[in-house]
Parts: sequence; structure tokens; C-alpha cells
Amino acid sequence: MRWISCTIVLLAAAAAAAAQAPPAPAARFAVVLDAAHGGDDPGGRINDPAGKPEPEKASTLALSVRLRSLLAARGISVVTTRESDATVALDRRAEIANHAAAQACISLHASQTGSGIRLYVSSLPPADPARFLPWKTAQAAWVTRSLALAGVLNSALLHAGFTVNLGRASLPAVDSMTCPAVAIEIAPEHASNHAQSAALDDPAYQARVAQALAAALLEWRTEDRQP
Amino acid sequence: MISRFQTILFAILLLASAIMGVALWQLREHAHQRLLAGEDSAPTQAPAVAPSQQATLLVASDADNTLLSQVQSLPLPQDPGAQARVILGKLLDLYAAPDAAHPVPGGANSIAQVFLLPAPAANSAATPSAADKDNPTGPQLAVVNLTGAFVATHPSGLETEDLTLLSICATLHANLPRVTQVRFLVDGQTRATLAGHADLTRTYLTAGSVPQP
Repeated sequence: MRWISCTIVLLAAAAAAAAQAPPAPAARFAVVLDAAHGGDDPGGRINDPAGKPEPEKASTLALSVRLRSLLAARGISVVTTRESDATVALDRRAEIANHAAAQACISLHASQTGSGIRLYVSSLPPADPARFLPWKTAQAAWVTRSLALAGVLNSALLHAGFTVNLGRASLPAVDSMTCPAVAIEIAPEHASNHAQSAALDDPAYQARVAQALAAALLEWRTEDRQP
Repeated sequence: MISRFQTILFAILLLASAIMGVALWQLREHAHQRLLAGEDSAPTQAPAVAPSQQATLLVASDADNTLLSQVQSLPLPQDPGAQARVILGKLLDLYAAPDAAHPVPGGANSIAQVFLLPAPAANSAATPSAADKDNPTGPQLAVVNLTGAFVATHPSGLETEDLTLLSICATLHANLPRVTQVRFLVDGQTRATLAGHADLTRTYLTAGSVPQP
């Protein structure tokens, strides 16, 4: 009888302590920025306003650096797949993203063709999360969250006045990422008369894109922390 | 000392060589006479021109990331694989035109071959079963062999590469509805990406090949 009463008292004390304990700190919100290409892989060719071709790898790195600064200033932890003109294998990019356990993985691309901004989510069919996932289709368990992230990015970019196209594609690095992942391809901006109104290497254009993406990721963090 | 046997063998070989030499000389003379006579061995009947048929092309547009259906009248061969090659060749001719909405150099010669095989079931191994091979109405896997020159000159970019592959898949499915899966080779070999972005190692399903705007 004495043992039973002691147990009840201990359980009651534990319950009271649990009720009074401060709320657990919010999980670290991290974003992975993957500046596509680099080093031996120049990517596509981008023409500057003078017509001189520049490699895609330079545009993606410039945008990654700019976006990283904006996110860090807003208290978001940022992991980048490259900080310089270095060759990073596609599998290594996915490894970096998966080790970061990030809440958003953004793969940055640039293209001279078309206009505006394209958002791509993996074309893998959604699958249930599992403890072990096939490397080439690991993103399948995250596709639903990736689509939600693409929706938030789309809203922010449209709000900032960009032309946005959404699509599904099979991308080797993104398909192996275990995080909400979206590939973003930025093309020059064209006016309604099809004349180019903003080049890819225009700092003002890149700043507008980076600010819109940063606003979207802040919104995503808010949604992520809601119960 | 040369044995009798070796002497006989030598004589036989010498005789055989002489006979073959005479035979070759006569064949050469016959060929020469035929040339001089102006003998024309070219076919006297022109090859039959295949009748024109309607083909549906799903043409990509970079401006709005869409595929637009376009019906063309083309002389199509009877063999489905050759038919697929002609249709895809026409599609790539449109992309090589100066005012193309999805500019890609190369044209019709960029498709080396198209092979049509029984499609493996989605949840089975890559090798189709015996039942699949015998089924004349079953789903098919199209293996599109692109030329290295086409891939080398294809513009690099997520959208442009994806649209090229999607338009090929959608065009194949529109004209050969049994084609449900498509794989790509470059000069007969597997390749990681088309031009740095779109995955060429996976099997594309034609059911989802038309992107939503």
C-alpha cells in the first residue's frame, strides 16, 4: 500500500513538472542553396547585354551568394553546396543537402532561353516516407512538401511582379534530396513587346529575384513552425 | 634431299595456283566486258512513295512552357519504328527552323534510330516477360537513339531540355498509343543528362508527358 502511494506521488510530481517545463525550442530552420554547375561544368551559356557569353555557373553562384546574405540577415541558417567556382558532383550536392536536414532545398539555375522564372519540382510520384529510401528516388517521399514549397515560392515571385512557370522534371541531384526541394531557373525578363528588359547578370534584377525568394522562404519558415 | 611426297604436293599446289589465276583473269575480263557494254544494274522501277498520313506533333514553346498540338501530313513508312523516326524527325525539323518557338539545331538527322520493344511492367524487372513479348497490343517501350551532334549543340537549361524530351515523349504517344515508356540513348550509349540538366538515365512515362501551364 505504501509503495502504491509513493508511485502515485512520483507520477503526479512528474506530470506537474512536465506541465511547468518551458516549451521545447523550435527546431533549427535551415535552407540549402545549391548553385548549379561550377568548376569543370560551366552549364549553359548566358549572354550579357554586350553579347559576350558567360557560363551559367557564374550566374548561379552570384545569385546563391546574394540570397545567402539575405537569408543569414534574417536569422536563417544557410548551407551552400559551393562557395566558389568548384566542381561538385551531383550526388555530392544531394549528400550535402541530406546531411543538413534542411526545411528547404533550393537548386539555382539560369538560362538564356525563355522568359521569367521557372519552378521545377521532381516528377517522381509521391511515396510514403520510409527509414531507408532508394538513392535515385529519395525525393519521392518529399514531393508533396516540395509542391507546397513551390506554391509559396510561386506566390512570392508573382507578388514581386515576375512571370512564373511551374513544372515537373527529373533532375538527378534534386531526385536524391530528402527535403522539400525546388529547382529554380531564372531567365532574362522580357517586356510585353518581347524585348529583353532585364539581363541575367543585371545586379538589380538579381537583387529583386533574391529578395522575392528570401521573402518566400521567410513565409515558408512561418508555415513550417505552425502546429 | 626432297622426298617424293613433297615433290607431288608442290606440283599439286602449283597447279591449283595456276588454275585460280586463270579463273580470276577470266572473271576480271567478264567484269570489264560488262562495264564496256554499259550494263545498267540500277533498279528500273522507282521505289514506291509511301502515302501521306496525318501525324500529330506536340510542339514545344519556350515562351509559355507548353506543348501545342500540330497536325502534319507526312509520307509514313509501314514499319512502326521507322514511322516513329520520321515523325520525330519532322518535329526536330520544326525546332531547327529559324523562327522556331523552341529553337534547337540539328533537324531530322538528329534521330539515329527508334526501337520499339515490349514494355516491362512498372513493378517488375527491366526484362519483359514472355507474355509481354507475345502480346501484339501490349504497351511498348520506345528507345530513341539521339546523335551525339544533336546533344552537343542542344541549348542548356532546365526548361529547354525538359521541353525537348517531353515533346518527343508526347509526340510518340500521340501517334503510337501503345508507346507508354520512352528511354533515350546518345550514339547508342547511355548518358547522364541531355545538356547538363534533364536526366537521360531514367525511363520516361508518356502518360505524364504533357506539362500543365
